[in-house]
Amino acid sequence: MNERYDVCVIGAGHNGLVCASLLAKAGKKVLVLEANDQVGGAAVTRTFADGFSVSACAHLLYQLQPQVRKELGLKFELSGDAIGTIALSPDGKHVRMNGKQVTGTSDEDAASYRDFCRRMTRFADLLKTYLNKTPPRLSKDASKADFLTLGQLGLDIRRLGRVEMQELLRIIGMNIFDELNERFENGVLRGALSLDAVLGTHLGPRSPNTILTYLYRLAGSHGTISAPAGGMSTVAEALAHCARDRGATIRTGMPVKRIIIENGRVAGVQTENGEQFSSRLVVSNADPKSTIMCLVSTRNVETGFARRIHNIRMRGNAAKMHLALDGLPAIDGVEEQEYGERFVVAPDDVYVERAFNAAKYGETSDKPVFEITFPSFRDQSLAPDGKHVMSAIVQYAPYSLKEGWSDAARQSFLDTAIDCLGEFMPDLKQKIVASEMLTPADIEKQFLITGGHWHHGELALDQFLFTRPVGGAQQYAMPLDGLYLCGAGAHPGGGISGAAGRNAAREILKREKAA
Amino acid sequence: MTTIQEVPQDRLKSPFYSRQAELDRLNRWHEWKGYRSADGFYETALEYFAIRNSTGVFDLTPMTKYRISGADSLDFIDRLVTRDMRKIKPGRVAYAVWCDDEGQVIDDGTIFHLRQGEYRLCAQERHMSWLTAAAIGMDVSIVDETHDIAALAVQGPTSYSVLKNLGLDGIENLKPFGLDNFDFAGTELMVSRTGYTGDLGYELWISPDKAEALWDALFEAGKHHGIWAIGTEALDQARIEAGYIGAYIDFLPAHVTIRSGRSRSPLELGLEWLVDFKKANFNGRRALAEEKRRGSAWRLVKLDIEGNKPAHHSYIYASKGGRGKEVGFITSATWSPVCKQNIAIGTVRTPHGKVGDKLFVEIYYQREMHWSRVMAEATVVDKPFWDPQRRRATPPGPY
Repeated sequence: MNERYDVCVIGAGHNGLVCASLLAKAGKKVLVLEANDQVGGAAVTRTFADGFSVSACAHLLYQLQPQVRKELGLKFELSGDAIGTIALSPDGKHVRMNGKQVTGTSDEDAASYRDFCRRMTRFADLLKTYLNKTPPRLSKDASKADFLTLGQLGLDIRRLGRVEMQELLRIIGMNIFDELNERFENGVLRGALSLDAVLGTHLGPRSPNTILTYLYRLAGSHGTISAPAGGMSTVAEALAHCARDRGATIRTGMPVKRIIIENGRVAGVQTENGEQFSSRLVVSNADPKSTIMCLVSTRNVETGFARRIHNIRMRGNAAKMHLALDGLPAIDGVEEQEYGERFVVAPDDVYVERAFNAAKYGETSDKPVFEITFPSFRDQSLAPDGKHVMSAIVQYAPYSLKEGWSDAARQSFLDTAIDCLGEFMPDLKQKIVASEMLTPADIEKQFLITGGHWHHGELALDQFLFTRPVGGAQQYAMPLDGLYLCGAGAHPGGGISGAAGRNAAREILKREKAA
Repeated sequence: MTTIQEVPQDRLKSPFYSRQAELDRLNRWHEWKGYRSADGFYETALEYFAIRNSTGVFDLTPMTKYRISGADSLDFIDRLVTRDMRKIKPGRVAYAVWCDDEGQVIDDGTIFHLRQGEYRLCAQERHMSWLTAAAIGMDVSIVDETHDIAALAVQGPTSYSVLKNLGLDGIENLKPFGLDNFDFAGTELMVSRTGYTGDLGYELWISPDKAEALWDALFEAGKHHGIWAIGTEALDQARIEAGYIGAYIDFLPAHVTIRSGRSRSPLELGLEWLVDFKKANFNGRRALAEEKRRGSAWRLVKLDIEGNKPAHHSYIYASKGGRGKEVGFITSATWSPVCKQNIAIGTVRTPHGKVGDKLFVEIYYQREMHWSRVMAEATVVDKPFWDPQRRRATPPGPY
């Protein structure tokens, strides 16, 4: 017999859990079905070698929306807060950044950096307001509320003041390379900032709209980075706890096979093992492509919509490297106590752009760029005594690798990455006990994200706000009665932010009340 | 010095062109999807009467033809069009319309269920882009076979006798909207009992290398049955009598409209009988269900107009003195020789245009350079103006 629920949530990613919690809080009977054995989706801690654990996909927290924390009463322990960044330079003249402060550059650059941060955080704050709202419709169905939101957006931009408004409109579609080159003479600083703008995307610093991706990164806590104790599963478990506390049922190891559709509307879900669950509403935390192409099947939606979904750009480019280490590798010019910081290998912006060049042609970068942390330095629970873990995002490793992602291709990219790091960490190779490289193809398979793209779709102006995931479906409701999206593929996008899950829950409750 | 090379700019010639060119007395050709297509060969009235009194032969080759096959072909077609394609068995043909997401008509055409799971979609416009989009996520192959199949419409009361003479044994059993395959000079000849004239008639489909031989044999078989080649003008007159609509004439394909409200839904084109809301899903279903609930903005009407002056492009009014309060416009108009009626197809705003409504059309006409105007009463009619029994009779009678 089918179990009946009000809402089935597909996927216990952090957004799915946020959404489930809020729906359960509003009195809905909620079932969350997670394919993997752990909750959290891409926010999980996993053991990758005997005694060594690591946040297997997302590894730093900088976007979790304060609204989400507050509304859910979310509490978890941090192993590090206000984590600074050390941008490594081959000549040892590293640049250190924390908040609006930068050291290791000229005084002019430092002053310019303060000004840059001030302006960017101001724009990011404006953006943040709208990340936490349902985007307005622009179609003929637009309601009064849509026009109000749109009007408010216009007004908020105007209220920046004439100069700032012009500046925002000047740079919002621009590439970060030009902006950084106008401001800073220090290449290492430019490299580090441009890396922040392109992490997890199929973009280089010279690609248009990399200012937007940079602002998006700041639109949570102004870029303040923290790390949960015990890795990302701590956040996921805390969210799952919230959901269960409010009455939601969470079942792991239950991959959903399809969304059941009856008489042109959703009627529940069927899992791979054949179990069926009835519900009037289905909320998918899966990416828009898997939701529509696999779970719903294109034949149950309109052709134009299916085409738009099909054409969403979501080619992952970021690989995740995990190294189990005998001890911390020496880094020239870095003090022992600084290993809790975030390290960046992107010696200048042209270097980052060149790394991206290969990806355009389906090749991996010869000289990839890195975002590196040693989580075990802050959090002893992740590695055996005296040993350490390195967690690094390595770019670029295109999802559609020309030669295909074989074991050999993966090994070769791992070797390239380790060799590259050897330049900064001469004794790294000797310290490696075990290693793991997750290519976008692996990320797709293990975390069930089409294209292995963290954001569930490139964060670009044409896939943002009114047109995320696609035009006509920006308000979480899909053009199939009863089906909603609540993941990163919906507005506003990826990162451990919870905004999509929260917005979706609010929209669902609003529509349910109106119906 | 650079020399500018001449680029060949001639239009494509149908495989029947050599035969058509021999008969042609007017040298009036227009372009139809890249092909030379004749306005007429002798004289429009003569060709028109061939359709109504004997047999007219029209070259259909430029019609867009797609071969659709694959495991999901039925699901694909059923989702594409508004009618229930599960009911169309192999050997049957269905007239259908397909809509975009907003329920607006992209085009109409005929779908031939050639054999189990294999279809031919035949339409006036090209649709590869839309069909490719509709195939996303389905196991289906779509092949453009427009240029690989020569086609003739053989229409008129004697068309059955002509094909019988041609030696197509069993043609007498072919029912309206049926299709069958015959042997013609060692090649498969497909014949469907379909057409655009509202009369007894067939369409013949064959490999282009047998086109000329088919034409010759057909005209030989029809020499005592008044067989004539016909052009677009005569065909157009006949299709208005039959009440058939034309893309770019009576409606604009949704993909070419820019202004909102310029496209039409099937409900607005009088094609509600083609929309099956009992089907699980089809393109435009949501929008059409919503339109049905709220009511349509436009209605396609067939008008019987007083007088004898064709109401080309006329405004339609609700009352005789109704200047400035037009409720619609005429899209197709002709004097119907066979019905002895002044007929037209038009579009009016709802609630106008119910069957039996009296409307007025403002007809401008020119006599020796001078323009005159008449307000003619027009009655909305339900049935096609021309719909003879012989169109349906199986076997058709010999004429």
